[in-house]
Amino acid sequence: MVFAQTGVMARRNLLHVLSDPEQLIGITIQPLLFLLLFVYVFGGAISGSTTSYLEFVLPGLLVQGIGFGTTQTAIGLNADFQRGLIDRFRSLPMARSAVVAGRVTADIGRTAWMCLITVAVAVGLGFRFHGGVAGAVGGFGLVLALGIALCWLMAFLGVSLRSAEAVQTAGFLLILPLTFASSVLVPAASMPGWLQTFVKVNPISIFATAMRGLLLGGPVATPVLQAAGWIVGLSVVFGTLTVSRYRRRA
Amino acid sequence: MPIELAIRADRLAKSFGRTQVLDQLTLEVPTGAIYGLLGPNGAGKTTLVRILTTLLAPDAGRAFVLGRDVVAQPQRVREVIGLTGQYAAVDDLISARENLYLIGRLVGLRPRAARARAAELLAAFGLADVAGTTVKNYSGGMRRRLDLAASLVGRPAVLFLDEPTTGLDLASRNELWDMIRGLAADGTTVLLTTQYLEEADRLAGRVMVIDHGRAVAEGTPAELKGLVGGQVLEIRPLHLADVGGATAVLADLAGASRPLVADDLLTVRVPDDELVAAAARNLDVAGIPVRHFVVRLPSLDEAFLAITARPGAAQKEGASR
Repeated sequence: MVFAQTGVMARRNLLHVLSDPEQLIGITIQPLLFLLLFVYVFGGAISGSTTSYLEFVLPGLLVQGIGFGTTQTAIGLNADFQRGLIDRFRSLPMARSAVVAGRVTADIGRTAWMCLITVAVAVGLGFRFHGGVAGAVGGFGLVLALGIALCWLMAFLGVSLRSAEAVQTAGFLLILPLTFASSVLVPAASMPGWLQTFVKVNPISIFATAMRGLLLGGPVATPVLQAAGWIVGLSVVFGTLTVSRYRRRA
Repeated sequence: MPIELAIRADRLAKSFGRTQVLDQLTLEVPTGAIYGLLGPNGAGKTTLVRILTTLLAPDAGRAFVLGRDVVAQPQRVREVIGLTGQYAAVDDLISARENLYLIGRLVGLRPRAARARAAELLAAFGLADVAGTTVKNYSGGMRRRLDLAASLVGRPAVLFLDEPTTGLDLASRNELWDMIRGLAADGTTVLLTTQYLEEADRLAGRVMVIDHGRAVAEGTPAELKGLVGGQVLEIRPLHLADVGGATAVLADLAGASRPLVADDLLTVRVPDDELVAAAARNLDVAGIPVRHFVVRLPSLDEAFLAITARPGAAQKEGASR
């Protein structure tokens, strides 16, 4: 019952994307822009050549893309509250968790699409999976799992904050420093010491390292385990918080 | 509890912070009736509906819909109710057909049944031609109709309509009224909140007037009109310059209410015919010719004003006289 309802809600949220050309173009072009801008603007300066920077940056860029992509979960869920739709859902004999779970499910589909676009273009530009098929599949799985975890965090923001503007700002303020003050775009070695300390504990760096190991080959056990810990932790904490907050929000 | 009651609320109380929104409110709605909840903004109507539809828990008191406890058995209440809130709760970004299909699946219909139910409602609500159009392109009236259709997908036995015609143009309002009457004729119990007296008068078999979270009157619209007592005398002086003088004459009538002045129309409540004759005599003595002198029964509007008049405000008026 819950699964069927989650599926129906997910379908509805995906219809939003499919029936809205602007959103469809947005989620297709945004990851491309990120990829092309970073590789061609910073590539030469940071790595000496765009090809070697592409290799360095792509694994982390997927993590960053997921981060920005999931802010849409917060915005969408919040919009449902604003429209009064949640009242309708809550007056139906349905599982309450299905509203949030359906949103998260649809957003995973959306972020998976953004990842695929990024990877496809990167391969066109010369990116190669040195970590083999297993690494590529593992990396994709890891980044989607991160997407689920972040969706729960974003869902919590969407349910907790009142206005759409507040949600948008909070999501942005959270993801921007986390993804930039990390080892996603440049190696931490060139940063001041205090920042390096933050970068090392920043979960986004851990994910970037894990993704590099999986996609390019290299040690994976420790970063992947740490990453898995973050995924489980975020999902459990914010999944619980979100559903209980959703139940109580009047 | 007698089974004929569709809704029973027993001494419901609810506060938000220090504001008492519902105060010992008791309500009984018989099955198959259209029942009107009438009150000004902030009277507690929406809070009451939210409690009865399980969206909000009361601080005290109990409430039942078809004998199901809204606090202890919310899911069983949700099985038998439909809700149309103050703001059309439809998904703007998908079509009307998708909206109704979604609700159908969520209330437990199989895909095929949900599709059939959606088509049936789209036809019944005159939306079949635009069923595939994204709802954000709909007019206010069409959105309301879709909203009402969405609340009917699960064939609810009890329908809650919270200010269903607020913001609608006249034609759309009349259309919606006809639909609500049709639903009641088919046996659906309808609880309707409204700020519009005319709406309560035209639709509801019984009306409860609530103000400051309390029930201040209950009965048929005719009974409520009777609560005002007596008749209403309307006068328009022939010359605009005489409005002040005529007001003074009416104000001096012993036993009549304080006159209300709107442009050149003076209205005063008169408990008996003797006062009407006195008013005519005194106006004549004062030398004020009138072009309009009519005695009529009070409107529900006047009943409403009389019923919800704050005790404090009434005393102040009395003191200044």
